[in-house]
Amino acid sequence: MPRQLIPLVLSLITLGLVSCGKTSAPNSATSGEMTVLIGASNPMTGPQAHLGKDNENGTRLAIEDANAQGMTIGGKKVKFELVSEDDAADPKTGTIVAQKFVDQKVSGVIGHLNSGTTIPASRIYSEAGIPQISPSATNPKYTHQGFKTAFRVIPNDTQQGGELGRYVASKIGAKTAAVMDDTTQYGQGLANQFEEAAKAAGVMILTHEHTDDKATDFQAILTNIKAKKPDIIFYGGMDAQSGPMMKQIRSLGIPAKFITGDGGCSTEFLSLAGTSGEGAYCSLPGMPIEKMPRGEDFKKHFNAKYGEIQDYAPYCYDAVMVMIDAMKRADSTVPAKYLPELAKSNFDGVTAHISFDDNGDLKGGVITVYQLRSGKWVALETLGAKP
Amino acid sequence: MNKRIYIGLLCLTVVIALPFGTDAFLGRSWVRLLDFALLYTMLALGLNIVVGYAGLLDLGYVAFYAVGAYLYAMLASPHIGMHWPLWALLPMGALLAASFGAVLGAPTLGLRGDYLAIVTMGFGEIIRIFLRNLNITNGPAGIDLIDPIQIGNFSFGSSHSLLGWDLPSIYNYYFLFIVLTAFIVLVSYRLSDSRIGRAWAAIREDEIAAKSMGLNTRYLKLMAFAMGAAFGGISGVLFAGFQGFISPESFTMGESVMILCMVVLGGMGHLSGVIMGAILLAILPEAFRPLSQFQQITFGHVWLDPANLRMLMFALALIVVMILRPEGLWPSPVRRRELHQNDAMPASVQKEGP
Amino acid sequence: MDIFLQQVINGLVQGSLYALVALGYTMVYGIIELVNFAHGEVVMVGALVGLSVIERIASRGDTGWGVIAIGVLVAIPSCMALGLGIERVAYRPLRKAPRLAPLISAIGVSIALQQMAALIWGRNYLHYPDVLSNPQFHIGGAVITQVQLVILATTGILMLLTWLIVQKTALGRAMRASAQNPSVAGLMGVNVDRIIALTFLMGSGLAAVAGVLVGTYYGVGNHTMGFMLGLKAFTAAVLGGIGSLGGAMLGGLLLGVIENLGAGYLGSVTNGTIGSNYSDVLAFLMLIAVLVLRPSGLMGERGSEKV
Repeated sequence: MPRQLIPLVLSLITLGLVSCGKTSAPNSATSGEMTVLIGASNPMTGPQAHLGKDNENGTRLAIEDANAQGMTIGGKKVKFELVSEDDAADPKTGTIVAQKFVDQKVSGVIGHLNSGTTIPASRIYSEAGIPQISPSATNPKYTHQGFKTAFRVIPNDTQQGGELGRYVASKIGAKTAAVMDDTTQYGQGLANQFEEAAKAAGVMILTHEHTDDKATDFQAILTNIKAKKPDIIFYGGMDAQSGPMMKQIRSLGIPAKFITGDGGCSTEFLSLAGTSGEGAYCSLPGMPIEKMPRGEDFKKHFNAKYGEIQDYAPYCYDAVMVMIDAMKRADSTVPAKYLPELAKSNFDGVTAHISFDDNGDLKGGVITVYQLRSGKWVALETLGAKP
Repeated sequence: MNKRIYIGLLCLTVVIALPFGTDAFLGRSWVRLLDFALLYTMLALGLNIVVGYAGLLDLGYVAFYAVGAYLYAMLASPHIGMHWPLWALLPMGALLAASFGAVLGAPTLGLRGDYLAIVTMGFGEIIRIFLRNLNITNGPAGIDLIDPIQIGNFSFGSSHSLLGWDLPSIYNYYFLFIVLTAFIVLVSYRLSDSRIGRAWAAIREDEIAAKSMGLNTRYLKLMAFAMGAAFGGISGVLFAGFQGFISPESFTMGESVMILCMVVLGGMGHLSGVIMGAILLAILPEAFRPLSQFQQITFGHVWLDPANLRMLMFALALIVVMILRPEGLWPSPVRRRELHQNDAMPASVQKEGP
Repeated sequence: MDIFLQQVINGLVQGSLYALVALGYTMVYGIIELVNFAHGEVVMVGALVGLSVIERIASRGDTGWGVIAIGVLVAIPSCMALGLGIERVAYRPLRKAPRLAPLISAIGVSIALQQMAALIWGRNYLHYPDVLSNPQFHIGGAVITQVQLVILATTGILMLLTWLIVQKTALGRAMRASAQNPSVAGLMGVNVDRIIALTFLMGSGLAAVAGVLVGTYYGVGNHTMGFMLGLKAFTAAVLGGIGSLGGAMLGGLLLGVIENLGAGYLGSVTNGTIGSNYSDVLAFLMLIAVLVLRPSGLMGERGSEKV
């Protein structure tokens, strides 16, 4: 039996070694200045790493901007500091990161990127009373668990898919459609909502096919769709799939139009689909960046620092700004103090006018439809309730 | 004899003090990590029965973990409105996973090592694809609001105070997991020296010889699969209750590979080694997290992305350990002796002839 | 019918890519009985090296197959060096180790290569430059593109070349001998270490070609692209009978066609209850069925020559 002891001793040693590497939390206030930590958790490794980096950049930009303004909260000069962690889009790692943020006493969390990590983490934030704003988790469940700390600044799947379904019927004039999704909760949620709304608007759904969020070959499914001759193909999923998919649609000689949600509404789609992408539709929650009072500025500002926007960077930016706005109104960075103010937010962001309903969902979000014309996404129309 | 009792007591003290010490020095996230490390320990011990004891390479082990987790999630959540207690679901999870193991094992046990590996991998993927597409598992969206584990009136999901000490839920789970891990260690330990354990060893070393000695190899291999799967199922049930939300992305092929790494890296077939492997590999990726701070301090700025660097270090650690200690970090003494006998022979002789 | 034909064509093209990658698995396995988990990542590195080269040339305005060819010619030696390096660093020291040790170090190499690629090429999905006009041809209602034809031709030629080297040259004879019995081959004057290195060299070269072809075909490259491809190719190699060259070819093509037909027809055959999302299930069930009936794969007969 004594041998059984050795692993314990060894793991203790490991822990000891680790603790050496750990520096004390940088929460110490220097004279008159207060450091406020804001956590950001995104996948920085694995297939969604490019989106994770984009989210981190958006968050970082907001924090730098806020610091440049030089804010005073509760009589002290405040310096915000970003704590960015990798959750690898893995639910288990997500909860560890969440616990880490709680340990470090962050004042608020921007994240996580995926609904799969956001939902289990939200329970930990809720227990610790730390406000969490997800810039990109669209699973309706996230805000329906009864947690007072869970917010999001992006419309959930229900809304976007519905608007797109009606748009396809009324504005594009499609009579038949084929639906595809990537079997993730985001893609499938969006596709199901689209299907429902399109059906209700009189569009005949010929087929609903499923692929994978790691796939690059869609020709089997597309060949199937080709035989059914739909007017339009809808895809619920990300740009890494929809870009190559667009190419394969054209090389198989399918004449149908193509429409996808915010996951495909990116510069990545432009380069991956190449010239085949011409005429494709996509949607983004919120107003087109060009039409927002500060949209163009944000784009230029972001591009200068980090290059092209991938997907959700503007939402991350808004999430930070809404949070800081609530802190200002509450005149405190203590979670328990500014949380009630956050729920009462009424803020003009880059992506939309932000206010929350009782669940923490974005109120009256709008959707803008874009079309790819001569190599550029051109905003066509803004749908849904106007702010 | 006295010495043993002292060591046992010391051992117990360390186990009980560990979460408190960890919390004080490193923070609660490390206690949570310990909880996960214990879950992985149970998984690794289960896989150890299949790979380490019986010598069957299984690359789809995570499927049994998933079976246990989904069983708990479906029968103890608002998903279909049932709230069964742990004492019912824990044995059910073990039993269900064991029968999945037997179902997988039955047609495939005639296969040679590496063929078995690919078939088990395929099985793991099939389970994952079903979880992802079926309606009753709620597809890719997963199942949320799973009941926290509860025994009697004691809920593991909330804080309790004991003699003035505040015990948050991660502590409760830690002690629950410790008890179950100890149970699995005990079963594994007893198994290894039992009739069945020796029969497994015989099959592992030379199947044809074992068969000719009158061992029912088919039945024995099925036993190994079912036993290993049962531990996976138990671990899955606990995981679902602990995490409160599960979705198919927790049960990928990469997870199976990671559990296999724990078993092999620690020392196949040797309990202490496997436990160490599991704890080490569960903790290592987190231990490399401060890399960005380290870079900041050493070089003044972050010149390589810490997230990638972290996984890179993890991978290099795997390679280096295997090269320096191919038999695992802590192999059983028997196994080490076997390997050292071979040291004298040239490399190329090692492979079996036709 | 034209739809069926189209599915088969797509399946064959996808399958020939699997087969090309599967060759690497099968040759290495044949000789040292190691599942080279990192092989998919070598394909990924080939694709990304090719991408960088092609992008550089394409930015000067050059187009056509010549550009792709240059990409391939740069990718091949890069991957060969990588393959040799992996063998030397991660596998050779483990040749006399317990059977699972090299498997773990292979997994380590696989993760390490992915992370290094992410550090070098970034995390974004990279666009493979459009340097081809890619005309389409019509056969009986189905479409086949020039890229698809080139992929079929290239893999065919490479397969034939590999087979000739293994069967007809002195080097091939040494490889077959080492596969059957390394110690006796050693006694007969075969430098087994060198033969193993050469096997890795050939497998990695083929992987480089496969990488550039995959990139050109789908138009996308990313540091995670090798994993699934490697897994599928490994499955194909086992399906055909691991260790057998013909088996890798057959297994690859079969897997490609099954996947495509499965995705195409599962929905209509089962009246919509089971859709295209289950095509992988079908592929794995086929694999299990084949292995249960023929435990050593389709062409991996007992006593047959393996390399």
